[in-house]
Amino acid sequence: MATNNEAWGSRVGLILAMAGNAVGLGNFLRFPMQAVQNGGGAFIIPYLVCFLLMGIPLLFVEWTTGRFGGQFGHHTTPFAFHKMNQKWIWKYIGVFGIFSNLSIAAYYCYIESWTLSYTMHSAIGTFNGMTQHGVADFFTNYLDISTTTTGIPYEAVVFYVFCLALNVWILSKGLSGGVEKAAKIMMPLLILFGIFLAIRGITLKAGHEGALFDGVVGLNFLWTPQYDSLLNPKVWLAAAGQIFFTLSLGQGSVQCYASYVKKKDDIVLNSMSAGWMNEFVEVVLGSAIIIPISIGYFGLDKVMELTQLGGLGLGFRVMPFLFEQWGAILSVLAGVSFFGLLFFAGITSSLAMGTPCMSFLMDEFKWRRGSSAVAFGVAVLVLGLPTVFFFQEGVFDEYDYWAGTVSLVVFAMLEIILFSWVFGIKKGWAELTAGADIKIPGIYKFILKFVTPIMLIAVFFGSAVRPVNDDWSKISFRGWDLHSESILGQMLHNNIGPNKSYFSDAFYSEKTGVVDSVYVLRDRNYIRVTDTTNAVKTSTSFEYKAKNQLTVKIGDPVKTGDILYTGGKINKLFYLDISRFLLTLIFALIGFTVYYAYRKRVRENRI
Amino acid sequence: METQALIFMVTAEVIITGLTLYFFIRVLLTKPKGEPDSYTDTED
Repeated sequence: MATNNEAWGSRVGLILAMAGNAVGLGNFLRFPMQAVQNGGGAFIIPYLVCFLLMGIPLLFVEWTTGRFGGQFGHHTTPFAFHKMNQKWIWKYIGVFGIFSNLSIAAYYCYIESWTLSYTMHSAIGTFNGMTQHGVADFFTNYLDISTTTTGIPYEAVVFYVFCLALNVWILSKGLSGGVEKAAKIMMPLLILFGIFLAIRGITLKAGHEGALFDGVVGLNFLWTPQYDSLLNPKVWLAAAGQIFFTLSLGQGSVQCYASYVKKKDDIVLNSMSAGWMNEFVEVVLGSAIIIPISIGYFGLDKVMELTQLGGLGLGFRVMPFLFEQWGAILSVLAGVSFFGLLFFAGITSSLAMGTPCMSFLMDEFKWRRGSSAVAFGVAVLVLGLPTVFFFQEGVFDEYDYWAGTVSLVVFAMLEIILFSWVFGIKKGWAELTAGADIKIPGIYKFILKFVTPIMLIAVFFGSAVRPVNDDWSKISFRGWDLHSESILGQMLHNNIGPNKSYFSDAFYSEKTGVVDSVYVLRDRNYIRVTDTTNAVKTSTSFEYKAKNQLTVKIGDPVKTGDILYTGGKINKLFYLDISRFLLTLIFALIGFTVYYAYRKRVRENRI
Repeated sequence: METQALIFMVTAEVIITGLTLYFFIRVLLTKPKGEPDSYTDTED
């Protein structure tokens, strides 16, 4: 039995840990992609507006909630919320603050392990002399866990477990001895690596080192303001979404870190310092690396196409090849810097995800720090292995969507309603400003009470009913087609094609086109359908097993819904629904544990 | 780089970098509050 007597070592350490929590892979991979996909400069204005009207207010709310709960020995959101309002529902809404961290850590640690592996591969020169296709194939091989790039069997799993063990080890050293020390070493290194790569990106010259365009071409695209974007709901939704990810809001980790701050100590200046540090890394450094470098080598159109692979695709499939153009020494330096900074960004965030889970066990069940860290590691491993083994089946994306996207918006929306309307803005403001080292402009009282809640409700409902092709003029009382990425669209599996059963005897084509290839790659069989109707040909490969019988041959035209092969098949839908079931089960289990802990507190007269 | 984009970029980056430095320096220059505070390194 032990009591939770964790504490921060220093104020700077807390701010660096909080900034490390916020600065993640998204700062370097997601932000530039969002900017490109939403019209470059079109994105920056809504992004900055959302930061001021939603990001900063939510930072205030989360720091205040955390410090308020900490005064009563509650370092996680279920009981911090309960202290703010005694209605039973709030402590169960607080469950999101543990659930999101655990579920996000499960897949986030997997990406973190890729960055660790790629840092090693960059250092030992694995990518030397590889073609662009070679580098892209390397990533595909890496994700296919049955193959190996180093000779280590199940290499991706080994790196994942190693990465998780590293997290557990640092967490077991405590807040000041582990998390804070890691942040103090990693954050300055991350910024240093970022500055080095940003200078390389901006100074890239056409005709030098194989570059076709100047690096500033990418910057020009990214920063040309397009004022008409202010009327496009799609851009606003994307900007608001990015603010959530980048500041780690609606997750429960900010509240947990802040709960170890005493009431007489400042949280306003701390939150501003950590929040703006994140913005510096994202906007100043994040915008000057991937986009200028990739546009410098491929040009704008090709990069627009490559962004369809997502930030992860561009980062892991393309960047190592581009660094190779810089010569033997610089390519190693650039590769180690890029994947090293991604690793530092990742691990400082995953440590923040571990802290609420550990604090809950330490607060409620008096577990020791080491046991709590191991329990977190085991839970993440059990929940995360499906994302490793069934990555290709969409389990990773499903976790990311429900735990890493929807949960954050729902939680943030409810927590600001609790803070501004249930707890009350008067009490909330007094809690926020107690011990403050700087004055907050009075307008933020109005923003906290009206603007931010309205924006969050709009973001939630906008995301829920987002129309197909983002054509908002189609919204009407008679109904409209949902976007496949809308919350309702996802719930209804709108993105799933004709293979709408878990198990089937036949696989139906999910694309219209011509069968132009039947091939074997790394002992796996594929049939490729290419859409030839558009000027830009797009191909999709469908995997089949040796036991399946093909019903088409090369050259056959097929329509969506035509049978491609027969024989037993487990469809993607099965894996997606199992993922949802797992996540729901975890939420219910944490909810039950909160109920049990509450009853225990009542019995012990500690509530 | 187009003038409009350059102005927009420089303005946004100067403001963001300036505020980041301003808040961080304020943290460094603010005297610690009396004990007991939230930080173990400042304990006597």
